[in-house]
Amino acid sequence: MTQINTPQDPQRRSLLIGLGAGGLAVVGMTLVPRAVLANPEDVKMAIEERIGDAATMDGRISLELPQIAENGNTVPIAFEVDSPMTESDYVKVVHIFAEQNPLPDVASFYFTPRSGKARASTRMRMLKTQNIVAVAEMSDGSVYMAKTEVKVTIGGCGG
Amino acid sequence: MRWRPIAVVLGFGLFIGAYGAVLAQGDGKMAKYFVGDLRTGYTFATPETQAIQDDDFANPAFLWVDYAVELWEDPSGDAGKACSDCHGAAEDTMKGVGARYPVYNAELGKPINLEQRINKCRVDNMQAKAWKYESRELLGMTAYVKSQSRGMPVQVQIDGPMAPFYEKGKAFYFQRRGQLDMACANCHEGNAGNMIRANLLSQGQSNGFPLYRLKWQKLGSLHRRFRGCNKQVRAAPYGYGSDEYVNLELFVANRGMGLPVETPGVRM
Amino acid sequence: MAKNVKPRVKVPKTAAKGEIIEIKTLISHKMESGQRKDNKTGEKIPRMIINKFTCTYNGVEVFSADWHPAISTNPYMAFNTVATESGTLEFTWVDDEGSTYTKSAKITVQ
Repeated sequence: MTQINTPQDPQRRSLLIGLGAGGLAVVGMTLVPRAVLANPEDVKMAIEERIGDAATMDGRISLELPQIAENGNTVPIAFEVDSPMTESDYVKVVHIFAEQNPLPDVASFYFTPRSGKARASTRMRMLKTQNIVAVAEMSDGSVYMAKTEVKVTIGGCGG
Repeated sequence: MRWRPIAVVLGFGLFIGAYGAVLAQGDGKMAKYFVGDLRTGYTFATPETQAIQDDDFANPAFLWVDYAVELWEDPSGDAGKACSDCHGAAEDTMKGVGARYPVYNAELGKPINLEQRINKCRVDNMQAKAWKYESRELLGMTAYVKSQSRGMPVQVQIDGPMAPFYEKGKAFYFQRRGQLDMACANCHEGNAGNMIRANLLSQGQSNGFPLYRLKWQKLGSLHRRFRGCNKQVRAAPYGYGSDEYVNLELFVANRGMGLPVETPGVRM
Repeated sequence: MAKNVKPRVKVPKTAAKGEIIEIKTLISHKMESGQRKDNKTGEKIPRMIINKFTCTYNGVEVFSADWHPAISTNPYMAFNTVATESGTLEFTWVDDEGSTYTKSAKITVQ
């Protein structure tokens, strides 16, 4: 479960890539949109709602998601924000957004200096292949952003 | 380790898939999931799904198992007895039990699976109502009992009185059925690791059941899985706990003989 | 109250003072997204999710989260906190109907 997927061995990786390249083509043809989806524009607006017009910077957030999720119902997601987590310098909140889900919001995680690390993990739903965006607000008001694409296969034979 | 380029062609009428896939032999942490040519569904899952199974706390199936731990102590029938009154601590008395099922039941003159054994205990000994198949109670208790055999090899009896039922299960496995005219064997013999449309085929091993499927978002029985497979080939599914499926369960367990019990597994 | 809601938490029983400990939680909940339709009636199934998770340590909030419908069924949440003193960690989940589920765990800090 890392951004740069490191499976146990190269064979495993090849298998996943095979699954991605071939499987996705098929899924793409059969996937029918079920609802009006959020889009990058909605995510942008949702971010603005949270942080106002603060400029976002790259870096400090490592977002851990599979490159390929074998089922969109339960996709593990974890992140860690590089921060000393002291009273004077800590991560206040991390918001997660999804660009192609019915709604852009996924979750917000509120940290305190007593968190020790600005790290959390959970599991999320993804309707289809999309970018997942993490936005971290620091105690000094600075804002960092990271983005990762996850390919979602609609797999799972049998009812 | 070896490459195994494949070109599987399984006609679903709509699409013919041909994908490269690899059969990785077990090493390190994976080794226990490979026994000879057998490999469990775990080895076909992504590292993320494997990680959920690896951690009993992260594995949501334990929400059901936790509930069964309570039920084990619950005297729910007219006899006023709980499982624990006869069986003590499940950790001791149920060790190895789940790995042996289905077993022959002389009274019924046929094999019964673990779900049926649990319900027979409830009805005969506890004078309680049988739990429904796929209920939170029966799934939880089956998973709790079977999980006491985790890591132990699957070993079922197929000779003696079991022989005719084993043969029936085997015949079912190789019998083509449904509008797609496919047998269990068409997908699960020699095609493990290959793609059927967007789905990765496994060997169809049963050692992790009941298991938590990400697709179901809950714990499910082996018979639910059988029903899903049968529907997938457009065949009418048999009932939960039907003789047909118990016989098939027997054949499938024996086919995976020696694989470690993984219950409760986690799969896509 | 939603049916069959059951929390699980994992907190180390003991820790050294100042140690960063990992806490894992899981709760059984459908997390009905409000996006699904009933297959029979065609009507939208109303949203019913846990929308707030909070962890307090001897009464002080150390971590919380807002969840939206994109959080999976049977939600899992792992996070960290600094072991400051012996005492009780309390976990609270609140759903859309206002039902509250709680679980607590003791920790001894040496």
